[in-house]
Amino acid sequence: MINHYQPHEAVILERIQEGPNLFTMRLKFTDPEIQDAYEFKPGQFNMLYLYGVGEIAISIVSDPEDSQIIDHTIRVVGRVTKGMTNLKTGDRIGLRGPYGRGWPMQESKNKDVVVVTGGLGCAPVVSVINYIEQRREEYGRLNIVQGVKHTADLIWKERYDKWRELPDTKVLLATDVGEALWPWHVGPVTSLFDQLEFNPDNVSVMMCGPEGMMRVVCSHMLDKSVSASQLFLSMERNMQCAIGHCGHCQYGDKFICKDGPVFSYDKIRKLFETKGF
Amino acid sequence: MFFQANQLQQLLNTLLSKGYRCIGPQVRDGAIIYDSISSTEQLPRGINDEQKPGHYSLNNNTSSKYFDWANGPQAIKPLLFASRERLWESKQSDEGQISFELTEPETKPTVIIGARACDIAAMKIQDQHFLEQEFVDPYYKARRETLLTVAVNCSHPADTCFCHSTGDGPFVDDGADVVLTELDSGFLVDARTPQGKNLLEGLSLEDSTKEQLEESESIKANASKQKRQLPRFDIKSRLFNELNNDAWHEIATKCLSCGNCTSVCPTCFCHSENDVPELDGKSSAHYREWDSCFGQGHSYIHGITIRSETSQRYRQWLTHKFSSWHEQYGRSGCVGCGRCITWCPVGIDVTESLGHFEERRRD
Repeated sequence: MINHYQPHEAVILERIQEGPNLFTMRLKFTDPEIQDAYEFKPGQFNMLYLYGVGEIAISIVSDPEDSQIIDHTIRVVGRVTKGMTNLKTGDRIGLRGPYGRGWPMQESKNKDVVVVTGGLGCAPVVSVINYIEQRREEYGRLNIVQGVKHTADLIWKERYDKWRELPDTKVLLATDVGEALWPWHVGPVTSLFDQLEFNPDNVSVMMCGPEGMMRVVCSHMLDKSVSASQLFLSMERNMQCAIGHCGHCQYGDKFICKDGPVFSYDKIRKLFETKGF
Repeated sequence: MFFQANQLQQLLNTLLSKGYRCIGPQVRDGAIIYDSISSTEQLPRGINDEQKPGHYSLNNNTSSKYFDWANGPQAIKPLLFASRERLWESKQSDEGQISFELTEPETKPTVIIGARACDIAAMKIQDQHFLEQEFVDPYYKARRETLLTVAVNCSHPADTCFCHSTGDGPFVDDGADVVLTELDSGFLVDARTPQGKNLLEGLSLEDSTKEQLEESESIKANASKQKRQLPRFDIKSRLFNELNNDAWHEIATKCLSCGNCTSVCPTCFCHSENDVPELDGKSSAHYREWDSCFGQGHSYIHGITIRSETSQRYRQWLTHKFSSWHEQYGRSGCVGCGRCITWCPVGIDVTESLGHFEERRRD
C-alpha cells in the first residue's frame, strides 16, 4: 500500500535567486524510478520537506511536458521557507506529490485568457503563463494583470518584459501607491480592466493572490458578463497532509488540498464572500 | 442469545487466551476511561456518571450492573487515530543525503468492550474519513484491521446525551462485531459479524426468553427519553444562511477557544504534522498529533491567521460538524454523545448553540 505521507529524496539541480526573498529551486527525485513515474499538471503542488524542520505546500511552476524538471518558486515568509533560503545547488530535500486539481488548461484552449495576480510574485499563475507561452497558438488573447501595494513589491520585473514580447499578449501592471519613475498605472488593479481585451463569452480568468483582491476581481468580471464558472481562483490554506485528512484546509464541503487548490468561482462563491473561513 | 453475568469473566479469559488485548472501561482519576483489562473486577460496577454542561462526576449506586453509566471523555477514537504518533523518520548522512523510513504502527489484535452506540457510529464516520476517501491512511487502517468491538447498549444516558435525536443511539444500530444488552441477571448477546461470533466461542449461551427481550425493550425505551435533543429545524441548510448572525459573537463571548470539545469529539479528525529533530542532528522524527480548529495555528497561512476571532472558529466548527459534513460524508458529523457539552470548561451546550439559528417566527 502506498503511504502518501512519506516524502522521497530530491536533489536541487539549480537554485535561482529571482529577487530579494524570492528564489526558484529546480528539483529532481534522486530515485530514477520515482522520477520516471512522476507527472503533474499546471496548478498542482508538491509538499517540500526541509530536513529537521518540516513540510510546506508549494505550487509547481515548470512545464508538465518536461516532468524531469520540477521547479518551485518560493517566497520567504515562514519557518520552513526561511530555512530553505540557505539551500544550495546539490543539496537534498524531501519531496512528495503532486497534489490537488490544477488550472483548466485543456478546457481553456482556443479561449482568451486573463491572468490576474496580486501581492508578491504569485507562483501558482506563473505555471499558467509558462504553459501558454510554450503553446501560444493554442490559446486566444493573453492578458496578464499584476497589482501590487507598493512599487517595490513588484519583484521579477524581467519576466513581465519577456511576457510583453509574446504574440497577442498584454501585460498590465498597477501599484496602489505610486512613486517617481514607476512607468505603469497607479491605482487598484481593477482600474486596468477596461484595457483588457477578451471575449466575455469565450474567456478563462485565472487568478491568485489575496482573497480581498480576488473578491473584487470576481465582482468586476461578473459585471463584464463573464460567467462565474469561467472565473478560476487558486486558494491557499494551511495544508499539512495534502491528502484531505488533516482538516486544516477544510473549506465548507471542500478540502482545498484535494478538491482544489484551483476552484471555479461558482463552486465556492457563497463561502468566499464571507470572511474567516 | 443470553449469558449469565458471571460469564463475562469467561469472555475476557477466552479473548485473552486467544491473544487479544482487551480494552475496557474503568475508573481512573474520577472518570471512566478505556484501557487494558483482564478482570471484570476492573469494570466500573455499581457506578453511575453525573454529567451536565461543564461537569462530570462519578457516584456509587446500589446497582450490581457493570455498564450503568453513559460515557467517559474518550472511547474508541484514540485506539484508531492515535493522539500522537510518529509517521516517519528522516536521516541525514554526513554527505547530506536524506533517507526516509516509515514508522509501522504498532498493532495487536484488540477487542474493545463496552463501547457505546455513539462510539460505534463515530467509528464508522472516522472509517469513512480515513479509509474510504481518495487517499487511505495506512496508520489508521493497520489499527482498524486489528480492532473488534463488543459494544454495550446504553441503559442510562447522561443529561448531556442526545444520541436519540441524531439517530445514533441509545442502542447500537450496526458497525459493532458483538452487541450486549445488560439485564438484571446477565447479558443479551448478539454477534453481528463472523468475527464477532468467533469471539463468543466457549461461552455458555442460552436462548433468550420473551421476558428478557421485553426487559431489553423497556431499557431501550427508557434510555431513549433523553433530556437534550437537537433542535428540530433543517440545521444543515440553515447554518450556511446564518453566517453573519450575531449569535456567533454571543457564543464567542463565552467560548475560551480551548479546543476541549474537539479533543473529546469522537468524530473530529484534525491533526497537525511536525518534525522533532534529534540533538545529534543525524535524524529527525515526523509526528502527527491531534489539532483543533479552535487553535490559533489552525488557519495560519504565511503570516495571516484567517480565523483570528473565536466567533469565526466556533462557526467553522459548527458549520462543518452539522452542515458541510453532510456533503463530505453523507451525514452529520455529530453522533449525540454530548461530550463537547460535558467537557466544555464553561459549559457551552451545542444543542443550545444550534437553537440560536432557528428562524424566529415573524408575527
